[in-house]
Order: sequence, then C-alpha cells, then structure tokens
Amino acid sequence: MMSDADRPLLGVRGLTHDYGGRLGCLDIGFDLWPGEVLGVVGESGSGKTTLLSCLSGRLVPTAGVVEFLTRDGTVVDVLRMSETARRRVARTDWGMVHQNPRDGLRMNVTAGANVGERLMAVGARHYGQIRAAALEWLGHVEIASDRVDDLPRTFSGGMQQRLQIARNLVTRPRLVFMDEPTGGLDVSVQARLLDLLRSLVAELGLSAIVVTHDLAVTRLLTHRLLVLRRGEVVESGLTDQVLDDPQHPYTQLLVSSVLHP
Amino acid sequence: MSVEAIRIEDLRKTFTLHGQGGLELPVLRGVSLSVRSGECLALADPSGSGKSTLLRCVYGNYRPQAGRILVNHRGATVDIVSAEPRRVLEIRRRTVGYVSQFLRVIPRVPTLDVVAEPLRALGATREEAAARAASILDRLAIPQRLWSLSPVTFSGGEQQRVNIARGLVARHPILLLDEPTASLDAAGRARVADLIVEVRRRGTAIVGTFHDREVRDEVSTRVVTLHEAAA
Repeated sequence: MMSDADRPLLGVRGLTHDYGGRLGCLDIGFDLWPGEVLGVVGESGSGKTTLLSCLSGRLVPTAGVVEFLTRDGTVVDVLRMSETARRRVARTDWGMVHQNPRDGLRMNVTAGANVGERLMAVGARHYGQIRAAALEWLGHVEIASDRVDDLPRTFSGGMQQRLQIARNLVTRPRLVFMDEPTGGLDVSVQARLLDLLRSLVAELGLSAIVVTHDLAVTRLLTHRLLVLRRGEVVESGLTDQVLDDPQHPYTQLLVSSVLHP
Repeated sequence: MSVEAIRIEDLRKTFTLHGQGGLELPVLRGVSLSVRSGECLALADPSGSGKSTLLRCVYGNYRPQAGRILVNHRGATVDIVSAEPRRVLEIRRRTVGYVSQFLRVIPRVPTLDVVAEPLRALGATREEAAARAASILDRLAIPQRLWSLSPVTFSGGEQQRVNIARGLVARHPILLLDEPTASLDAAGRARVADLIVEVRRRGTAIVGTFHDREVRDEVSTRVVTLHEAAA
C-alpha cells in the first residue's frame, strides 16, 4: 500500500478550455504532490486564471481530467462529480485566496465572523471555541485581537489580504489556490505577506497553486513552476532552475524583462 | 572508509540566448570527475570558464544538455540531471548543500531563522534548530545583537558568513562552495577556512571554487581545472 506522500494530491491531464474559438488553455497536464507549492507564471492573457478556475471546478473545461486525492484516501474526478460533492470537497479540503480581498471576504460582517463562519460551514457549533479559533488565526496573520469585531472595510489592503488568508486556512485545507496573492499591495506589505504565507504553508504542510505574473513572488514562495504562453505550458521545472536557466525563448524573455527576479 | 559521493560523466552545458538570435555559448564540454567523502576538490580556472556553472549543475539549478551527475543520496545513486524536481528538492534537503556567492532571502526574516531554516526543513524542532543556528553563527563571529535582524542590511562580509552558516548548518554529506571567502577580511577567511577543514574531516565531500590561494591550499585535498576534467 502506498502512503499518501507517494500519491499526487492533484492530477491534471489534457486540460483544455476553448472560449468559443478563443483558447483559454491547451492540453495542460501535471501532478501536484503533498506539501508542494506550484507557481503558474505568464503575462496577462496567457491563461493563468482560466487554468485556476478549471482546476477548482468553477469553470468546466472543454476537455481534460482533474483528479483530487481526498482526506479519506479516495481519488475523485473534480470535473465529473456532482455539484454537491464538489462543494463539500471545496469547503473541507480547499482554500481560495483571491487577488482582491473583497472577492474572498464578506465585507459587511466582522473580521471574527469572516474567520468563524468558515468553521461553522464545516460543522463547528460551539460559539466560544469558534471565537477562540478566530482570535488565534487573527494572531497567526498578525492582526491585533482588538480588531476582531471590526468590519474588514476598516482594514488596510494588506490587513484585508491577511484576513482573507486566515479565513481560508482556519479549516486546515489541504490545497489552496491563490490568484495573485500579493498583487496590488505595497512592496513592504508584500514582503510581510510572502513571509507569512511561506511559513504557514511550511508549518501546515499545505499544497498550493499560486498564479502570479511576479517572478520574485514565485522564487520565494514556490517549489516548481509552469510557464504559460497563449494557454500552453512552454516550460516547467524547479523554480530556481526555470528562473536562473530558462530554456524556452518566451521564458528567457520573461526573466530578462524583470529588474530583480 | 571513504565512499564516492559524486561522479560526473561527460557533462555538457551550452547556453542558448534566444534574445540574441539563438547565440550559443558552450561552457562545459564533456566534464568528468569524481569526488569521495572526506575530499575537497578545488576547481582552479580563470573566471568565466564555467566553475560556477558546474556547481550549479550539480545542485540542479542549471540544466545540462548531456551527461550524468551521480550523487550518493542516502546510500542510493541518483542522477541529478534526469531526476524529477521533487526528488532534486529532497536531495537538496538531505544530501547536497550549496553556498552561493550571494545571499538571497525574504527581507523580513531574522538571521537566526534564515540559518535555522534548513534544519527545520529536516524536521528539527524550533529550539533545536535555533540552538544549532546560534552555535554556527557564533563560530563565524556574527555578533548576537544581529541575530534578530534580517541580513538584508548587513555588510557584504556579514552576509557571506550568514550564507555560509546557512549552507553548513544542516551538515549535508555533499557541499558545493562558490567563492565562500570572496568578501571576507583576513580574520573572516581564517575562520571560514577552519570550518571548511573541520567539515571535510568529518567526511563531507566538498567541491568548491576558492580564488584566494591561501584558502585554497588550506582547505583542498585536490586541485583540478575544468580543462583537465574535460580531457
């Protein structure tokens, strides 16, 4: 019997999405292993977000297979399972960090409730424990405990993004999708968020897929890279290898266009 | 008893610059060499002849066109050139350490954590990792008042010593050193050379570049040029 570390958490084969004549992504395949952080890079319009939407089952691709290894050791077909079953997996096993925290937070309920309601969605009912967990997670993402009852719209952009991360990680997901998690933040705030994400991912042993156009983010956060151009993977490999010794003309262009990758 | 730690066979590396009309720069033209545990092999060539390229290939950072790089990873022989990325990462965690010329870290992380990280990645507890990191920082004369600060603002020599501490703390059986003493003063060079000799005597297989002749003579057991190794 193989242990879970010997089986991919996510297996993707032949993933293709055609937006009626315009190609979103073409024949993408890879395995994501437990504890691995995969970066997906490419310029705007290269298909990064389409790929992320297809992987998380929010967009049904034209063709392809996405298999996910659930907590109980069974492999499910993400694209062909019932909507109810997919939602259950998404709620218990996945997290989704959006570029704009407003897409991932409920802006009209308190910070504490934003974290706590995710716990309630997976069955927690004890108010005291939910509040304690919310406070603990605000601490993990360096939000002062006296802000627990404030609305997220009173937070800075960086704090909102950290709150979104707490909301996602409180249920201990096994796979987190991140779409430009540091996009739109000041450089100093980015560094703090990157450091935080990196330590949380390592401590919790999370797997993650991080879509970004920022190569510096991939160097610090990801183990492996896929380089996407016009919906196709043109190069893949260890992150530092792809950045330091890019093989494909497009990757060479991307890397040489950055001041300090 | 010493064992063969690295065997490089007919390694070829050419850089193709697509941005410059596909210009081809052949750097390694069939390099072969072998390093045993307890040996320190110094690569002695002028700059630009591919010493760093070779070290980076062994670390899996550069992708050669042909040849094999066999390393002894926990008793098994693994070819770095054809190994899957996650296998290379596992080899870096446990077997092959690398000290690059420049330190690259997240700005906010304290020096002590930067140095302790390779031990944490091997499963050491926070306390144990911190204690060993402290001990090697101390050995390399990084003052304790700096340990809680990020090394980003340190001097070149301090950064280089932090980089060495990080590279040596996990006691990998294979160590790649790219000019580990380049920005150090005489006292710093002596400290680092002492440490390298100690690490080698413990049975580590080392490949390095040391442009400083004194350091090279002190730490190495064998000196080769890539020209000879490609013969």
